[in-house]
Amino acid sequence: MTMDGTQKTPMKRSELQMARSMCWHCQSEITGEYFCEQCVKVQPLSKEMDYFTCLGLPRLLNIDLGALEAKFYELSRTFHPDFYQRKTESEQSISLGNSAMLNTAYRTLKDPIQRAEYLLRLEAGSAKDIRTSPPADLFEEILTLQEDLEAYRSASDQNPAAVARLRDKLTTDRELLEQRQREMDRRLFELFTRWDALHSRQSRTDPASPDFQKDATAVLKEMREILSNRTYLRNIVNDLTATTA
Amino acid sequence: MTRIVGIDLGTTNSLIAYMDGQTPRVIAGRNERGMVSSVVAMTDNGLIVGDPAKEHLVRNPERTIYSVKRFMGKSLEDVSEELTYFPYKLQEQGGVIRIQIGDKTYSPPQISAMILRELKRRAEEHLGEDITKAVITVPAYFNDSQRQATKDAGLIAGLDVLRIINEPTAASLAYGLQKKTQGTIAVYDLGGGTFDISILKLKDGIFEVLATNGNTYLGGDDFDRTLVNLLLNEIREQHGCSLDQYPDQMQALRLEAERAKIRLSDEQKTMVVLELPSGHGVFRRQITRDQLEGLTTALVEQTLGPCRLALKDAGLQPAQIDEVVLVGGSTRMPLVRRRVQDLFGKVPHSELNPDEVVALGAAVQADILSGGTQDMLLLDVTPLSLGIETMGGVVSPLIRRNTTIPASAKEMFTTYVDGQTSVDIHILQGERELAQDNRSLARFQLKVPPLPAGVPRIEVMFLIDANGILHVTARDVRTGLTQSVEVKPSYGLSDEEVERMIGESFKFAAEDLKARQIIEARTEAEAIIKATEKALELGGHLIDSAETTAIKTALAELQAARAGDEHRGIRARIADLEKATHHLAEVLMDTSLKEALQNKKLSELT
Repeated sequence: MTMDGTQKTPMKRSELQMARSMCWHCQSEITGEYFCEQCVKVQPLSKEMDYFTCLGLPRLLNIDLGALEAKFYELSRTFHPDFYQRKTESEQSISLGNSAMLNTAYRTLKDPIQRAEYLLRLEAGSAKDIRTSPPADLFEEILTLQEDLEAYRSASDQNPAAVARLRDKLTTDRELLEQRQREMDRRLFELFTRWDALHSRQSRTDPASPDFQKDATAVLKEMREILSNRTYLRNIVNDLTATTA
Repeated sequence: MTRIVGIDLGTTNSLIAYMDGQTPRVIAGRNERGMVSSVVAMTDNGLIVGDPAKEHLVRNPERTIYSVKRFMGKSLEDVSEELTYFPYKLQEQGGVIRIQIGDKTYSPPQISAMILRELKRRAEEHLGEDITKAVITVPAYFNDSQRQATKDAGLIAGLDVLRIINEPTAASLAYGLQKKTQGTIAVYDLGGGTFDISILKLKDGIFEVLATNGNTYLGGDDFDRTLVNLLLNEIREQHGCSLDQYPDQMQALRLEAERAKIRLSDEQKTMVVLELPSGHGVFRRQITRDQLEGLTTALVEQTLGPCRLALKDAGLQPAQIDEVVLVGGSTRMPLVRRRVQDLFGKVPHSELNPDEVVALGAAVQADILSGGTQDMLLLDVTPLSLGIETMGGVVSPLIRRNTTIPASAKEMFTTYVDGQTSVDIHILQGERELAQDNRSLARFQLKVPPLPAGVPRIEVMFLIDANGILHVTARDVRTGLTQSVEVKPSYGLSDEEVERMIGESFKFAAEDLKARQIIEARTEAEAIIKATEKALELGGHLIDSAETTAIKTALAELQAARAGDEHRGIRARIADLEKATHHLAEVLMDTSLKEALQNKKLSELT
């Protein structure tokens, strides 16, 4: 671990969770997790807190969904506006804000794709050079498909055989694309595991070492590529499904 | 601690419930009925609300309002297709429907407030305390305007609406409380005017809504209309009589169709009988359950699409639903039950009274808010996507449908022109791509300091609270200053209008009281008239003719007063008659009837 402070030591959650270390109400120092120990008022969650921290999880991609849900339910019971109805307006407003953030955090982490996209955003600092435009070959393919789709849509009924041929071709294309989607997803989950392995190794490998940085950036870069290609693919597959249905 | 009641403000019937210890209970009126008909009659003697107003539907169709829930948060254009079905005149002002009665107009929240006030009064009488706080239920698929209109109705009725909750989720609370169910349930709620489907996960006291869908324009009213239309045509063909010319006859036909529909849930065939305007005779027709089902199949089918969409949004197959719960009076129809059973592949539950379960759930939620029940928590969702209009009239979504509420989203805004001082923002709700195809919720103007284009950075926070109602705040990122956002609702009352209506409602309350006093005096008069007639029959021979004449005179005077509008006059004549029959009552008691009548007043002798 470096001593210059650039690398974040894993802090205790309670230190991160509070918007400030002083209670908004009685100004005493916060030592409790979500409530001031002096005046028992609920404290606002820090706007800078990331969703993993919010839900008590390490910043990894394969997560225990059961544990995630249990933590979400527990925190819902802590923050939900239903339980602040008889409290002051300030406390109600904090409860509302905390609940909204908690709900966003849970929704984001529950879904693997959103989870990965969120992680990429968090790690953006260490992966600035990641390209976001689709690769030229995929782009070409999609353009061709869109032309076929257009032809199918504007095809007249006068030539039913041609329409049927076009339809068959589009169906085959769609099936091939769906196959590719599945391959992409498989690769994405491999990368999840690689990312997680890299980070559980963190204690042994120096995270600031060039090797670690190179590996981590490579994983992030490939994930971003897959995620962006996946979106293009999903849109065209949806189009194909809707048109040929 | 102030008590919070739970209210089901329904299209056809409304109910009020409270938590009696650990048990939610519906408060019944003097007639022992838990339901109050959602009907308001504006008579010459003032307001009549609930069941007594129902008879005015036929007697006084232009001044008697029913199914007002269909107009909540709506513009005239929204309801243009069904205008012909309603006997009263509708206008629009400021994006809000106004119902014209005589030379006055009323907004739907004002009419709803009259129903709420009746429920409030009922609870106050039963519980012997002032009721000022309530949880009110709405269809899950209600949009922001419809929810806001419901909240306004509460305000106008003198109720602090602490929470708006969704009807199917309220039902799940009542259901979960009783059954201690764990797992995934589907609540199919088909009421008088609206349809909802909600899929929930119940686990350790958490009621998490996974997805919801519905149609706020589909319910029992629409089933009745298919039957009404069939009968209208037949009456025209067979009797040469167009009933649509007669608002009173139309109401009589509508009510008869509704009753026939209800009977057909238990019987295979039923008879519709309707007396036609003079000279046209009487219309009689037998209707079978099969015929009704033929008429309504398409409507029932319309509920299945939303069910499938909700399942898809929840990421579930029908087989993964552990239990299906039926809510709403329309689920009593065997056709509805069959189709729901086919879709989910299991027999739906209906052991809880489908009319009461929503109000009971509202009482449970009220108890949670007042700090009573602490082990149950409802996590509901927003039914419709929320977005803003961007360049080219396209909607940019901010909060997707089926997002757990409270939910928030932030959006950064800047300027396109140097020195621009404001940015117009248009908020929409719905699932379509183009702004024009969605529901316009509100517009507002962001104030921006005059700076070169692109320099100002205003962060706008859109927050949907636990009621499903939107709040907007804005912050200048450069200065950190927040600015208040004046949101103008596209289809809602302004704060000033609501204020004014609260003031007016006190006036209605006075009229309301007057009408109620008359009704009560009349009811009492009827009882004593009957009792006197019976007493004369039993003991007329025991008194002299002068006394008999005096009693008959007093009786006639009370009958005359009863037809009038003065409750004090009726009360005075009741007292007179009681005085005139005092001796007769004594004589009766002295005879062989003495034993049976001991310690009883004459009025109880019925």
